[in-house]
Amino acid sequence: MTLIVEPDYGTPAVRGGADARVTIDGREITVPAGTSVLRAAKEAGIDIPKLCATDSLKAFGSCRLCLVEVEGARGTPASCTTPCADGMVVSTQSEQVVEVRRGVMELYLSDHPTSCAGCARGNCEMQDLAHQVGVDTVRYGLGGVSHLAEPADTTNPYFAYEPSACIVCSRCVRACGEIQGTFALTVQGRGFDSRITPGGTDFLSSECVSCGACVQACPTDALTEKSVIDLGMPSRSVLTTCAYCGVGCSFKAEVRGSGSESRVVRMMPWKDGGANEGHSCVKGRFAYGYASHRDRQLHPMVRDTIGEEWRVVSWDEAIRRVAEGFRSLQGRFGAGAIGAISSSRCTNEEVYVVQKMVRAAFGNNNVDTCARVCHSPTGFGLGQAFGTSAGTQDFASVDDCDVILLVGANPTDAHPVFASRMKRRLREGARIIVADPRRIDLVRSPHVEAAHHLPVRPGTNVAFVNAMAHVIVTEGLHDVDFLRERCEDASDYLTFIAGAEHSPEATADVTGIPAEELRAAARLYATGGNAGIYYGLGVTEHSQGSTMVMGLANLAMLTGNLGREGVGVNPLRGQNNVQGSCDMGSFPHELPGYRHVSREDVRAIYDDLWGVRISPHPGLRIPNMFDSAVGGTFKGLFVQGEDIAQSDPNTAHVESALKSMELVVVQDLFLNETARFAHVFLPGTSFLEKDGTFTNAERRINRVRPVMPSPTGKDEWEIVCDIATAMGYPMSYAQPSEIMAEIASTTPTFAGVSFERLDAEGSMQWPVNDAAPHGTPTMHIGQFVRGLGHLATTHYVPTTEVTGHRYPLVLTTGRILSQYNVGAQTRRTANSTWHPQDILEIHPADAEPRGISSGDVVELTSRVGSTHLTAEVSERMPPGVVYTTFHHPVTGANVVTTENSDWATNCPEYKVTAVQVTVVTETVRAAYEESVATATGSVR
Amino acid sequence: MSPKTDRRQASGAAPPRPPADAARADAVRTIATQYVGDRGPLLPILHSVLEHHGYIADDDIPVIAEVLNLSRADVHGVVSFYPDFRRTPPPAVRVVLCRGEACQSVGAEDLYAAARSAAARADDVEVGEVFCLGNCALGPSGVVNGQLRGRLTTADVLAPLHRRQR
Repeated sequence: MTLIVEPDYGTPAVRGGADARVTIDGREITVPAGTSVLRAAKEAGIDIPKLCATDSLKAFGSCRLCLVEVEGARGTPASCTTPCADGMVVSTQSEQVVEVRRGVMELYLSDHPTSCAGCARGNCEMQDLAHQVGVDTVRYGLGGVSHLAEPADTTNPYFAYEPSACIVCSRCVRACGEIQGTFALTVQGRGFDSRITPGGTDFLSSECVSCGACVQACPTDALTEKSVIDLGMPSRSVLTTCAYCGVGCSFKAEVRGSGSESRVVRMMPWKDGGANEGHSCVKGRFAYGYASHRDRQLHPMVRDTIGEEWRVVSWDEAIRRVAEGFRSLQGRFGAGAIGAISSSRCTNEEVYVVQKMVRAAFGNNNVDTCARVCHSPTGFGLGQAFGTSAGTQDFASVDDCDVILLVGANPTDAHPVFASRMKRRLREGARIIVADPRRIDLVRSPHVEAAHHLPVRPGTNVAFVNAMAHVIVTEGLHDVDFLRERCEDASDYLTFIAGAEHSPEATADVTGIPAEELRAAARLYATGGNAGIYYGLGVTEHSQGSTMVMGLANLAMLTGNLGREGVGVNPLRGQNNVQGSCDMGSFPHELPGYRHVSREDVRAIYDDLWGVRISPHPGLRIPNMFDSAVGGTFKGLFVQGEDIAQSDPNTAHVESALKSMELVVVQDLFLNETARFAHVFLPGTSFLEKDGTFTNAERRINRVRPVMPSPTGKDEWEIVCDIATAMGYPMSYAQPSEIMAEIASTTPTFAGVSFERLDAEGSMQWPVNDAAPHGTPTMHIGQFVRGLGHLATTHYVPTTEVTGHRYPLVLTTGRILSQYNVGAQTRRTANSTWHPQDILEIHPADAEPRGISSGDVVELTSRVGSTHLTAEVSERMPPGVVYTTFHHPVTGANVVTTENSDWATNCPEYKVTAVQVTVVTETVRAAYEESVATATGSVR
Repeated sequence: MSPKTDRRQASGAAPPRPPADAARADAVRTIATQYVGDRGPLLPILHSVLEHHGYIADDDIPVIAEVLNLSRADVHGVVSFYPDFRRTPPPAVRVVLCRGEACQSVGAEDLYAAARSAAARADDVEVGEVFCLGNCALGPSGVVNGQLRGRLTTADVLAPLHRRQR
């Protein structure tokens, strides 16, 4: 495959509108009225020279190159800012236009480096235009005053700003504002002195979040990826999907070399990507270097005890040891003594074969997935309410929202590309209600301000959501028709929720939300037009996570905000394929497609195909596995691409469980924290080597295509098949597309999915079947998947994790933009420039009496453990609540989180831990800083 | 190593880092807050800061940005567009002379040259230029220490400069 160069139409497409028939250089074309002449010309196959225009940005009209003549109009208007009107006759190449254009181009070139050979890109839009316009000499000479000697800004780790090549077209400034919504760039000065600057400072010290939109927009060599400067321009593109968060952005991996010599030069967001439409964040765009990091393990390794050194062995030996070890454990301790944890980082195909191995080769249902610890309550709660364990909308739906209710999610850090889309809609006038203990960026940041910030106290979500529903019902704001036509009898719920104990006034002391603020927010949600709910782990990771999900579903049903664009209930999924790994039957009680193992008709499908008898009894969940391991009945575990020793709660308990097992098999890119307890290590493949599919938070199935072959010699699905085969259950596929074919043939929601169809369509949102052959962007139109919607009664039950004299503060955890989860990947990239360690945010009122100032190292203690980290005193926190991230193993924030979990799904209560914070001694501080420095040094 | 916090903490919703001069920051915040809700509040705020404090300090920018919920870059771009929004404390004597055509025709260029040359030998003075003050009928025109003046003579311009002579 060669390098994909996407066409640039100059200005964005115009949606709808009447048709305008125009004639451009004698060619007739019909476009929606309002389409720019520039775009219409491109659609007719006529390239008008342009520099400041690109189709991801609104027309700006500053470069004066795209001039045209319009019959009956005076002068030479810019075609980018001239809308097509019916009957217009345009000339793009008249003598006058050509003359003016050449003059303008000469002016640009008089203050631009003369030799293209000095440019990293080797070609740019300037160079192309100089040829196109026919400028070979500059009348003004090149000796005049210029900007050619201005120094470069190389402070950003990923891209360089070379001002000598800058033509001040403002594309970067507009990309930062219009697309990313950060507004970190501006034009400084005026006239000849105009320069692009990140606010008068350098890039690293500026407000820039390093999303890369400016670099992508730059038509010259002024903003260029450092990797292009170092490696040269790529020679081929591979369309694939980012492996970080649940947004699932489509990228062109631009590569040099082929086969095992392939080297990724840069990741460019793909304009036709359904989820991201050409945008990216610092992780997907730049933080892929971990795949070739020296810590990456490429060989299978074994050891007899976890105290020993690792020994590199052949694949055959490693697989034999796993298979014999597992079979021996089953012989001694019973069939249920082993199990597996599948990964939301892996492809659908890789996850499917793991659950198949467990059900068919292990002969039990002991398979669980890391979704257990994040969105399992979403699966359960939305399943109960609507009949589907997934979000109801596509991302584009937010463009039609009038009101956004954001609960327990921080998209600008955790789902940045979707956050940019959300911010764009907010700048257009939609209003947002933020329910979160922290003052996150969407509460107030440049050009965005929440209508209401409800600082809900951690652990009291259900009281909050009940109060919202109470206001809606008691003030008569609910949609009676929707409830009657679309839902089961809701009278019990309506009676329940109208109870005075749910009023905002009655619950204000519990939730910490002023009653009037909550009433105003509830009224806005119910009456502000299309209202969409977006939520994250701040909803699910609680002892009442499932109840809260159902509470949110109730809000949407009460107000009729379902079944069309701009509304719905949308979980923001944490991991690239957490939706997919759940879809693939990774839970111990569900076969693929969320069908319970007790259903004989469903088991029969797999029994027949696989030639086994699947157990009708649900297997062990992750916490049950740990408890059984400590209890001595669970002895062997296969862990696929998940670092349970760092990511799961109550680290001490997890570690003692791992130590109790006789055979722990870890399949990962790196020797992670869990591998410290493993007996067999199987090297995995990065997303750059995988062939398969990821399913994002909007149920979009995206293709992941290999940029290079697996450096370990095996694909991950192949390893799993080999283990099953060695255990006496032959499993084999010629390629991953065959696995998807098996999924499609057995799972109704995937019936129409195949690699072939995905390659043709780009991506599809499940359900894909005869009724929806191209997929389903919006669910539950007309009726719910379960028929009538179900409004569950949502009693508020306070968590048992309460603050007291010893642990007076509540700890809640989350993510930061530059790092990702346990940081196994991002810590091995320059992203650590921004966030080299975990930080504890604490309100001044809590910091002052403890003698804590920003920068102090503090000890964080809960009833289960303690750890160290650096404090930052911040008014983003409410008093009484502290916050940190869990990206760094030096801190290992989960040392302090507890074994509490959601009543329905066992999703851990990460978001509520009673803690104390104290300043440490100078000796402890020095030791902590030393370990951070060592850790930072070792992963760079 | 010294702990580095996430750089974004210093931007966006987070309060700005404490400026060197907390009293000035409070004063600038007070000025800016008065204009919140007005249409196009940034220029009036900048004018008011200039009036009360003589110049726009680097540390004023994050304060104003925070009050108006703009990015620091937004404010920086506007401040830098207008030369009148000076970035350093004003000198004791500041003379701005018109060099537009009408004033040139009544001797403004000689006046400007003389002023520049006197300024070179004086401390804490500044001579600037402007192209038309709309006072053409009374040229040569200029602004001396903030006051618009017409029919300027060499003496009018040089006297204040000479007083600051080294």
